Amino acid sequence: MSGRVLVGVKRVIDYAVKIRVKPDNSAVVTDGVKHSMNPFCEIAVEEAVKLKEKKLVKEVVAVSCGPQQSQETIRTALAMGADRGIHVEVSGKDYESLGPLQVSKIMAALAKKEEAQFIILGKQAIDDDCNQTGQMTAALLDWPQGTFASEVSLEGDKVMVVREIDGGLETIRINTPAVLTADLRLNTPRYATLPNIMKAKKKKIANVKPADLGVDLTSRLEVLRVEEPPQRQAGMKVETVEDLVAKLRDAGKV
Amino acid sequence: MMANPLRAEVVRLYKNLLYLGREYPKGGDYFRDRLKAAFTKNKSVQDPEQIKAMIARGEYVARELEALYYLRKYRALKKRYYEE
Repeated sequence: MSGRVLVGVKRVIDYAVKIRVKPDNSAVVTDGVKHSMNPFCEIAVEEAVKLKEKKLVKEVVAVSCGPQQSQETIRTALAMGADRGIHVEVSGKDYESLGPLQVSKIMAALAKKEEAQFIILGKQAIDDDCNQTGQMTAALLDWPQGTFASEVSLEGDKVMVVREIDGGLETIRINTPAVLTADLRLNTPRYATLPNIMKAKKKKIANVKPADLGVDLTSRLEVLRVEEPPQRQAGMKVETVEDLVAKLRDAGKV
Repeated sequence: MMANPLRAEVVRLYKNLLYLGREYPKGGDYFRDRLKAAFTKNKSVQDPEQIKAMIARGEYVARELEALYYLRKYRALKKRYYEE
């Protein structure tokens, strides 16, 4: 038992930003747009830090794959209480085609290298909404997985996970090492306060290249087109019930 | 001017609130103006007990802001991903 937890943190466009699609429909506009840590990753970091505060694990390592700016996201995780960071540098073309499969290969390689006991990830990112990285990482490592966790408790060398499933909750007990993915109700992530951000600057972030981990980043997916969701139609006011019925009839609703 | 032993703590609180205010729903500028006014208003207070009470109040505001930001994010995500 190494007592080491790897937490994946993704740098995404801030949840409050209005997303715009590029004029050529190839991707969304990211230049000059506010970015922050994926909210589900925040929940994952919080859970790892809580485990450490309860002395159930020894070290929390925050990992992010992406360009130079991903280090800011790792800093936020360090400010929340992670011990050190690993920045897997992916930029340019590789970053554009970086998907769940590539990230899970990186996470799996790092988990072996760092002899991690847990990998905790957000269940999905709010930019691509893939919800695949945790599952794929578990598959690549052949580890058990506790996805959509809304409660996690350690029982010796096993871990009990309450999962959010359609129409209710499912409780499972799995062996460690394991991959866990955080759902929205797992915990309340703490705010990265200014003094903690300052302190986090002293913590170490290691720089790793995917090639060092022996990971091939070729993607087999091709993005054909990115489109905005359809505009919501404006409503209208009607004077009488007859008007309403007539309008509904015209629209073929009754 | 006499250096008040609580000065460092007041400055720290001010910086922290300024940092938190950047995300304020009505904008960082709106928050900063009011923050500055609130601190300036009490600049002549000398009584350590009174200053301590004011710091405690400032820290309470900071916690409230954190809670506000968390709720705003939580609600946005809940609306986006969970139908109820």
